[in-house]
Amino acid sequence: MTAPIIEIQGLNAGYKDSPVLRDISLTVSAGEFTGILGPNGSGKTTLIRALSGVLPLTSGLVRIAGHDIRELSPKARAKHCATVAQKNPGLSGVRALSLVLMGRYPHVSFLGGYSDQDHRRAQEAMAETSSLHLQDRGSDTLSGGELQRVITAKALAQDTRLLLLDEAASNLDVARTLDLYELLRIRNASGLTILTVAHDLNLAALYCHRLVFLKNGSVAADGPTDEIFTSQTLSEIYETPLAVAAHPITGAPQAYLVPRA
Amino acid sequence: MAAAVPLSIYAALFFGSYPLPAEAIHQAIASMLKGQAESQELVIVRDIRLGRILLSFLTGAALAVSGGVFQGLLRNPLADPFTLGISSGAACGAALSLGLGWTLAGFSTLPLAALGGAFAAMALVLTMSRLAGDFSRESLVLGGIVVSTFLGAAIALIKALNEESVAAIVFWIMGSFQGRGFEHVGLMLPYMLVGGTVVLLLARELDILGLGAEQAAQVGVAVGRARIGLLVGAGMLTAAAVSVSGIIGFVGLVVPHLVRMLIGPDSRPLLLFSALGGGILLLWSDVLARTILSHGAELPVGVVTALFGGPFFCLIMARGRRG
Repeated sequence: MTAPIIEIQGLNAGYKDSPVLRDISLTVSAGEFTGILGPNGSGKTTLIRALSGVLPLTSGLVRIAGHDIRELSPKARAKHCATVAQKNPGLSGVRALSLVLMGRYPHVSFLGGYSDQDHRRAQEAMAETSSLHLQDRGSDTLSGGELQRVITAKALAQDTRLLLLDEAASNLDVARTLDLYELLRIRNASGLTILTVAHDLNLAALYCHRLVFLKNGSVAADGPTDEIFTSQTLSEIYETPLAVAAHPITGAPQAYLVPRA
Repeated sequence: MAAAVPLSIYAALFFGSYPLPAEAIHQAIASMLKGQAESQELVIVRDIRLGRILLSFLTGAALAVSGGVFQGLLRNPLADPFTLGISSGAACGAALSLGLGWTLAGFSTLPLAALGGAFAAMALVLTMSRLAGDFSRESLVLGGIVVSTFLGAAIALIKALNEESVAAIVFWIMGSFQGRGFEHVGLMLPYMLVGGTVVLLLARELDILGLGAEQAAQVGVAVGRARIGLLVGAGMLTAAAVSVSGIIGFVGLVVPHLVRMLIGPDSRPLLLFSALGGGILLLWSDVLARTILSHGAELPVGVVTALFGGPFFCLIMARGRRG
């Protein structure tokens, strides 16, 4: 049994006058590859924001690698957990490499600058996301897909044990989406714990070992992909009939829309 | 660019209302370096010209660096101490201190009062802009105009009530280095050094804050602390400049833009080169201000900077609309 890297107990969080997450309890062990799914507005992004420490908890407890998230300094938190957000701005005139170097921030002392090692780690991360050739480009001149790879490199350069992604494939075409998930699979195999919000049910079922379904801010279903990705569960959660059949090549469960007529 | 600083300082010594031949100036410089006996030329070159040259250089440097910080922090290309109304706040604080004759244990409270005014104006403008939206360029500049106009009226009122103790109102509103020198360098330098050090130490955080507060926090920046540090540092730089020169507009707007075009947006080099560029720009603006009128009269240096800064402001605004 591996130690939990995320422990959530009775988590309530949200925005002024509108609580979003209600009494969520969830444990993620080191080395898991977990997908967060659910209908629009179910609280997926809010959960990522709460776990990354930028959304204050209303009540409950979140531990990252055993530390109460409210007691971790931003720097210490960023050493444990990197986040790839859904929307990413390119910064006017800022080179892609400079953007990736920002991921090294938690490892740099207050008075020091980015070291040669920081530069090397940033470039390695860019190579992993096939974006090294973009390093000298202005980040505001990149396409959506190019920027997404650069931002993913920034998160990898952070050298954390936990990676949170919020819909990281939303700007990517089919080939780039697979590239990203293949990269995540390889990184997961070498020990990185991954928690990713996904819109695409089938993509999540292909890559994630475990799925957590949120609905109306609560956990509606949670379990190993093979057990939980069933026609009945999906149809209930999405309130629409969905058929499930095995993938012809990998055998992973895949969902199919059923016309209502 | 670094070589341009001593060259500018040297060249600027040759300009002034009292005509001095080059020989006399070189002699004065030589006797300054050797510590020789006082002469009339020496007094003019050192106390009148050099002091004022250094003061204008430092003031320009402080304004340009604080402008660079405000632009980065508020992610707003039109931000600078003047457009945000922070210079007016500092001037109002300074005028109050002079008008009421405040002193603290014998020391001049002038820069402290300017600092208080700068922070008050900053808080006011940022709150107004936050209520109107999220620091959009229009709401910030509108807030700045309202605060500037209001505080300009307050300064006029203070001046009207204290005819003797406050210098000509045009000094505060348009900015000038007339009759100023080493004494004022000593007054502003401590605030400038502290403010400048703070913002340079936070340059990396300033870069990352460009990602937005949330993503900056996710890579480990203590966003609240970094923002406050940068605001306080930039406020100190503004107050240091305004307390010795009054309100000088556009230096803090123009210089960081030009430097960014030349060397890119990395904050630490951007701020350092903005300091040099702002210093040189204001130094020569002041040379122009004190020599352009033929009969020995002076133009407020703020008039000079506004004459070139106004059109530049329009240019940035038009470019931002397109992009």
